[in-house]
Amino acid sequence: MSNVPAELKYTKTHEWVRAESDGTVTVGITEHAQDLLGDMVFVELPEVGRVLKSDQDCAVVESVKAASDVYAPLAGEITAVNDAVVDSPELVNKSPYGDGWLFRMKPANAADLAGLLDAAGYAAVVAEDSH
Amino acid sequence: MGNRTPLYEAHVALGAKMVDFAGWDMPIHYGSQIEEHHQVRRDAGMFDVSHMCVVDLRGARVSDFLRYLLANDVARLTVAGKAIYSCMLNERGGVIDDLIVYYMEPVWFRMVVNAGTRNKDIAWLRRHAPSFGVEVDVQEELAMIAVQGPNARAKAQAALGTRIGAAPQLPRFAAVESGSLFIARTGYTGEDGYEIMVPAEHAEELWNDLYAQEVKPCGLGARDTLRLEAGMNLYGQDMDEDTTPLVSGLAWTVAWEPQGRDFIGRPVLEAQRAAGVPQQLIGLVLEDKGVLRSHQQVYTAQGVGEITSGTFSPSLGRAVALARVPAGEVGECEVDIRGKRLKARVVKPPFVRNGQSCID
Repeated sequence: MSNVPAELKYTKTHEWVRAESDGTVTVGITEHAQDLLGDMVFVELPEVGRVLKSDQDCAVVESVKAASDVYAPLAGEITAVNDAVVDSPELVNKSPYGDGWLFRMKPANAADLAGLLDAAGYAAVVAEDSH
Repeated sequence: MGNRTPLYEAHVALGAKMVDFAGWDMPIHYGSQIEEHHQVRRDAGMFDVSHMCVVDLRGARVSDFLRYLLANDVARLTVAGKAIYSCMLNERGGVIDDLIVYYMEPVWFRMVVNAGTRNKDIAWLRRHAPSFGVEVDVQEELAMIAVQGPNARAKAQAALGTRIGAAPQLPRFAAVESGSLFIARTGYTGEDGYEIMVPAEHAEELWNDLYAQEVKPCGLGARDTLRLEAGMNLYGQDMDEDTTPLVSGLAWTVAWEPQGRDFIGRPVLEAQRAAGVPQQLIGLVLEDKGVLRSHQQVYTAQGVGEITSGTFSPSLGRAVALARVPAGEVGECEVDIRGKRLKARVVKPPFVRNGQSCID
């Protein structure tokens, strides 16, 4: 069973979301997702300032094996991206919840966060995936 | 559940991620595909290739049979144990499979064919064998382990001890029997090494002996990036029943001489050559960041083509590909990746050979 930190929120499409104290959220892909994809070799991130709808594809992570879209977990505006993963895509494998984060956004509506999966809900998605 | 090789339990015990490959449960990697790739380029790795199919062909006219069945000419093999790589063509000149065939004795050749094409290959061989009085004997009880890398032969020799027999003296692309082993100096990685056929009941012992010499297990993922860097085609991606060797970068495997040799598909290849081969298989290196993948569109001065195999090259740190494009001077070349056109440089494969980059 892969690591699903209790303090994070999740999507069915394997993004994790962390609420920051300044009202923004940090987004990455889960340990389960990076494990499915394998060795990461390329990451494409959205431009800062881009305004996204919820579920809109906005980034790409590619492993040797396959390319995978990353979706905006919430509607909002991109406020920062992690340039370190563009130079070192393997950070997504090594530290999916830490140094391998992908982007930060300012949610259009902070209440949307409550609509995301909690750790137990996401763990159920992962369990279903592996059947 | 798929077919399992005699090494299935060993893979699971090593923590392999298993995937379906042509109906077989095979290891894709044991942790990191990229590390396994580097292991083979820098030291020695081993692959379970028991899913590949070994077929023995025997009969007084077995040479005539293969000269009719294969686009390359087994008459070029005059030394026992030597092998050639060849395509086996249908009447349309399309590739039924690519294979290696070893000349063992005047009445015995040993062929190794792909797992995914095994059934149609055997059917094709059996269809044509009777008129040559050839017996087609599929070796179900053989496992095969490929040991590849600059240190592969030395480590295999250390692991095998006296069981190595005369294998240390083998020239490239040749095989020798040693007891119950069949040891060939061949591979699919662009590195030196052996492919060792072993009776199924001894496969795990051999695997463990190699492991004890720090020959690291490597999965199909690394096998694919290694073969692509080495500029080697993969059946079903870079060629199939609808493409001839001439449009698949495999013209060098077609033996046109002697002109009198009749082989299946020859008239179509002759006609294609006379009319002008319409397409070519080229190597591409992506100049920008990104990953080349099969089926991406390739824009050239001659028109649009398509990537047949693409990947991120761990050795070069950039994306490489084989692509089928219209014949002629390719000129400036761009690849469509998710709607963006990125610049690619045309190179002559291989991209990497014996651990060294061939493209700069």
